[in-house]
Amino acid sequence: MTTTEPVAGRLGPPRLPAAPYGQGAESAASLADILERVLDKGVVIAGDIRINLLDIELLTIKLRLLVASVDKAKEMGIDWWEHDPSLSSRARPRAVPDDDAERSLTEENARLRAEIAALRARAEDRSVDG
Amino acid sequence: MTERTRRQHMVYAYAVLRPTPEAARAVAVLRGVAHEQVGLVETGDLAAAVGPVPAAEFEEGALKAGLEELPRLEALARGHHGVVAGLAPLGAVLPLRLATVYRDEDRVRRVLQERRDQFLPLLERLAGHVEWGVKVYTDPTDSPAGDTAVPAEATGGEAALSPGRAYLAARRRRRRGAEELWQTAARTAARIAEEAGGLAVGRVAHRPQRGELAQVPGGGAAGGGKPGGENIANDAYLVPADRAEEFRSRVLAAAEGQPGVRVEVTGPWAPYSFALPPDPAARPEPV
Repeated sequence: MTTTEPVAGRLGPPRLPAAPYGQGAESAASLADILERVLDKGVVIAGDIRINLLDIELLTIKLRLLVASVDKAKEMGIDWWEHDPSLSSRARPRAVPDDDAERSLTEENARLRAEIAALRARAEDRSVDG
Repeated sequence: MTERTRRQHMVYAYAVLRPTPEAARAVAVLRGVAHEQVGLVETGDLAAAVGPVPAAEFEEGALKAGLEELPRLEALARGHHGVVAGLAPLGAVLPLRLATVYRDEDRVRRVLQERRDQFLPLLERLAGHVEWGVKVYTDPTDSPAGDTAVPAEATGGEAALSPGRAYLAARRRRRRGAEELWQTAARTAARIAEEAGGLAVGRVAHRPQRGELAQVPGGGAAGGGKPGGENIANDAYLVPADRAEEFRSRVLAAAEGQPGVRVEVTGPWAPYSFALPPDPAARPEPV
């Protein structure tokens, strides 16, 4: 059980917010909690810059899949959105690695089938014995 | 050259509030999404916290591209939230949705005037209230019915079973365990909702946080990084500020002694989840 304190300076004078652009990761609030508030909630008034809210909402739904902080995720080696064209404009299809992945999957599949066949044969032997 | 391309700055709007001397002091120490000095735009009894941001980054195309890139989006969201959080202690603040951008301060003034009848009652309603987030998770690492208990048990009575049957039995038990776990969590969530409802004046249900990363509560600050678990409830409560601490401790107490359940309380937040337009369909459900 934990609490975080996203309201800066609740008990004293307001302090500077954590620096934007990821410096000084001081804010304890999780990115997921912030995003579901700043993207989904809050007063909607039309600005002069028309951002397609539908696009943002679509983005929000996708972001629900990645709700820890970006740094944390990278630390954990989970940065697959960078390769997902629908989540990142920088993503490019990865031809070679995908081929590799598919080949190793096929191999693993074959190996597992062989193992299952062996296990099945052994189990049948045992039930005949018993 | 068009009027727009000549313009160097746009005006990013963070929140609507009362134009008080405290508000002026509060914005004076705040920096916004572009690291800019935040200020107030006032008209009569309303003000908006705004900041000049580079047009090059906040024109439609650039902004849209920024929103689609997670690191930029995170910086924008945290910058926006930082300003709102800095104003929240004033007691009455309406956070605006991310990326509300105007050509100039006159446009902001006009919007404040146009929407005055909507903003004033909302400010009135939210004054002196804070928002708490309450998330309930199943916690398989903390449950007698969880996965960890299964293998030890399985070595006992099932050694005699065929591997297939042992597997199926273990699987059945695991499924039952998961079901129990979920039900305990759901019961705890209901108890928390009841307890919370006694103190809160409003509740908004957010969608549960799902996916690989939902299991790692935020920013390294929370929970000691307990693995596993499913977020089964993700609610926001509007609570009178003078009962904020009482709310937090009562919610945490309601979850105490429940094996297999983890509760996370976040906040106090500015009342994002309750700053809704007066659309009857979108109104938060009363507790």
